Amino acid sequence: MMKHEVYITPNEVKVDEKVLSHNENGSALLTELYRTHVGDYPKFFKMDTLSKLGFVASELLLQAEGAPRFEPREDRAVIFFNRSASLQADTAYQATIQDPDNFFPSPAAFVYTLPNIVTGEIAIRNKYFGETSFIVLEDCDKNIMARELQNAFQDPMTKSILGGWLDCTDENHFAAKLYLIYKS
Amino acid sequence: MIVKVSDNIISPLGMNTAENYAAVKAGRSELKRRDGLWNLPEPFTASLMNREVVNEIAAQKSIDDRYTFFEKMIILSAVKALEQTDIDPSSDKVLFVLSTTKGNVFLLDKRETGFPQERVLLGVAARQMTDYFHNPNAPIVVSNACISGVCAQIQAMRELEGFADNGACPVDPNGKRQSHKFDYVVVVGCDVQSAFIVSGFQSFKALSVEPCKPFDANRTGLNLGDAAATIIYTRKDTITDNDWVACRGAIRNDANHISGPSRTGEGSYRALKAVLGDMNPEKLAFINTHGTATLYNDEMESVAIERAGLAQVPVNGLKGYYGHTMGAAGILETILSMQAIDDNNILATKGFETLGVTHPLVLSNENKPTNKRAFIKLLSGFGGCNAALLMAKGGVS
Repeated sequence: MMKHEVYITPNEVKVDEKVLSHNENGSALLTELYRTHVGDYPKFFKMDTLSKLGFVASELLLQAEGAPRFEPREDRAVIFFNRSASLQADTAYQATIQDPDNFFPSPAAFVYTLPNIVTGEIAIRNKYFGETSFIVLEDCDKNIMARELQNAFQDPMTKSILGGWLDCTDENHFAAKLYLIYKS
Repeated sequence: MIVKVSDNIISPLGMNTAENYAAVKAGRSELKRRDGLWNLPEPFTASLMNREVVNEIAAQKSIDDRYTFFEKMIILSAVKALEQTDIDPSSDKVLFVLSTTKGNVFLLDKRETGFPQERVLLGVAARQMTDYFHNPNAPIVVSNACISGVCAQIQAMRELEGFADNGACPVDPNGKRQSHKFDYVVVVGCDVQSAFIVSGFQSFKALSVEPCKPFDANRTGLNLGDAAATIIYTRKDTITDNDWVACRGAIRNDANHISGPSRTGEGSYRALKAVLGDMNPEKLAFINTHGTATLYNDEMESVAIERAGLAQVPVNGLKGYYGHTMGAAGILETILSMQAIDDNNILATKGFETLGVTHPLVLSNENKPTNKRAFIKLLSGFGGCNAALLMAKGGVS
């Protein structure tokens, strides 16, 4: 059973099929969404684009759900899929080590070179102690994602999943299609 | 129940499971100090493959230079695990699951021009493996930082228990039992070290320039290592005493910090509790920890194990033999733990001398006998993620 869905691309935002108006595009759109709809979580500004995208999309989704927020819980999993893993962060980190004469590897950049960091960001924000997972696919395959999410309910602790597609290749190319599904 | 069919480890200590187990039991390691390797300004200690040896052995299986070194490792490990079985890898009842954190990340280096750039995508790299075997199913890549190897095994358990793509009930309205989608899952884990990974961990000040010392009072950080490891799982209705059963797996988050372990060991504690269920801890031969030898990881694990009421269960860690093999670690360490129990042995924690964590743990730098038949594999990683897997020979009641 699927109840709520959020869709974000560099120039379009939809919450439960309803278009959300905005002025900015690309990564500036994510900052605009943060300022308009969240505003109280400055850690947002430290995140890479994949995490910003997942964070903002999850906030819109959880606001649409309307359930009480920030209560510690273990029964909600966060499971994302994409094609590019952490490619944008990987490329940014590679730039810091590419030139031996200008070699400045940064821990703040390196930590985002793992796609599952965004699942941790969402778990921290919402006090979710449940499962967090990141799965990389060759293509956005709805059947596989449905299968994996359904399979995740085999963990008896998991009663709902914040999941879906979350892909970012650079600041102007990203897509989030996240939804909340509940154990039937 | 989900049982192991076969396995393989490719590492600097050997090209199959038996060679690796014998080397570890004898206390061997290929962790060596590397000065100036890959033009890195700081030295580091790592356990690295002899690439020429891998190239030569891979070529005998037609795994030639069309493939990157990472792809050669995963294909070769899968070939060696499949060779021990009569499984047809081209069947649509066989699924491949790949556990990796960085795959072909070295291709981002502008000096690397030998391969198409898209091979840096993990799904495309995994497809090289499934194409090699003419397998029609889209490979699933689990990329959950350092816990990927246990997550991939949990993934395999779920795929084998699951039914149709849409998650339909196992019994349709007419009472007809639906068939399972997959009969075998080949779980392959691998990472190969590179300037990218080593410099990143160095920037975190997480690496020890000496061989690592898990849980030791003088531990100063982790070492990195190359490895590939494969376990093939299937589903069985009736198990024998000698079947290795993947009983339960759980993944839990600390909800605390993206790069630092929880002081309360929250996620590891919850994962341990979930896989233990109502099982008597007395049945556990040991807990095979993550044991990276960083200050915070080992301390966190001691807290989680104590909180889960498992402080009396022996623990060990294998990073002193291999370093941290990242995407391979959860699979490699599960295989060696199964081998150890098959040999009535608790493997020594190489590098450990004096306990250096707050909560007392039962640890040894010598092999110890056991007649118990179950263990828990525990891992934790960046993103606050933690995973535990309960394995039992002959299953648990």
